[in-house]
Amino acid sequence: MKRIEAIRCVMEELDGELVVCNIGYPSRELYSVRDRDENFYMLGSMGLASSIGLGLALSTKKRVVVFDGDGSLLMNLGSLVTIANQSPPNLTLIVLDNESYSTTGGQPSYTAGKTSLAKMARAAGIDNVLEVKSPEELKSAFNESKGKTSVIIAKVEKGNADVPIIPLSPYWIKKRFMKAAKGNRVQSQV
Amino acid sequence: MPSSLARVLLSSLVEAGVDFAVSVPDTLFAEVLEKLESVGIMHVPVTREEEGVGVAAGAYLGGKRPVILMQNSGLGNCMNALLSLNKTFGIPLLMLISQRGGRGEKIVAQIPMGEATIPLLKAACIPFYVPESLRQLEEHVVGAAKRAWREEIPVAVIVRRELGEEDRSD
Repeated sequence: MKRIEAIRCVMEELDGELVVCNIGYPSRELYSVRDRDENFYMLGSMGLASSIGLGLALSTKKRVVVFDGDGSLLMNLGSLVTIANQSPPNLTLIVLDNESYSTTGGQPSYTAGKTSLAKMARAAGIDNVLEVKSPEELKSAFNESKGKTSVIIAKVEKGNADVPIIPLSPYWIKKRFMKAAKGNRVQSQV
Repeated sequence: MPSSLARVLLSSLVEAGVDFAVSVPDTLFAEVLEKLESVGIMHVPVTREEEGVGVAAGAYLGGKRPVILMQNSGLGNCMNALLSLNKTFGIPLLMLISQRGGRGEKIVAQIPMGEATIPLLKAACIPFYVPESLRQLEEHVVGAAKRAWREEIPVAVIVRRELGEEDRSD
């Protein structure tokens, strides 16, 4: 499955869920598949998609879906540990694993070698870790993961779709996202 | 009985409206970290400062008012995130940075980052405050937080280790 197909099949399942998307082509592909106020497109800070998703999931009652990449997650492996221990049930981390750094020219990542991100997620302490290879498997893994802290490793083909740059300003992406997220906040216990 | 530093920091955070904290452990903040939850601030320990900046940004997007507590040695670990995430999108963050590598520092490896902390903040155009007393610490934490929310930027307060030794009689 191509990465854009993986993104499309998850987006077809969504209603009001909040989405955080990794830097680079994945965000551009998501924008072209289905732009909506509830999408937060990361434009910098490579590696932090899962962390932004965790902070968000701890602050809202809505389901939070993160599209991360193998290279990006490898840059912030400690995030798996924090997610496992905080374990917000409304967080679904989808790693679109193409075993390479596609946005920067296709250099291989170590998931092409000896490393399994699924095993690392389990070793970090995340119970619901699923590995999928087709859109049908991804769709059912995504629906099964509702209400449990989950990591889905979706193996996808190398390469990027031919999609344009996102024509939105960062500040606007933030403003409309926060407006969409509002009203579902977790109140602090004082 | 909490130390004066811990008491001042906790009450300042509450007064500033902070309700979410991420942290990387530090001796000077040890007591604060232990008591954050007791004053109603959700606390998420993280493995590295950059990760913490990401978690705090996500919490802000979800409506929280976040603080990060860390040592100045962690500033270098999160510089890119502060600029390409917080500054790029206009995501505020209150930063409490404990200062190692100052007067009386016994660990030689802390000194270079100690000397570089303020130049780094200046280079990144991140406003910072360096309180000289516990009374000033309270003003600066509340002021820095208000400025962060208003201007939608990261703002730092550098907490020198000497403040941990000061005791306020009131």
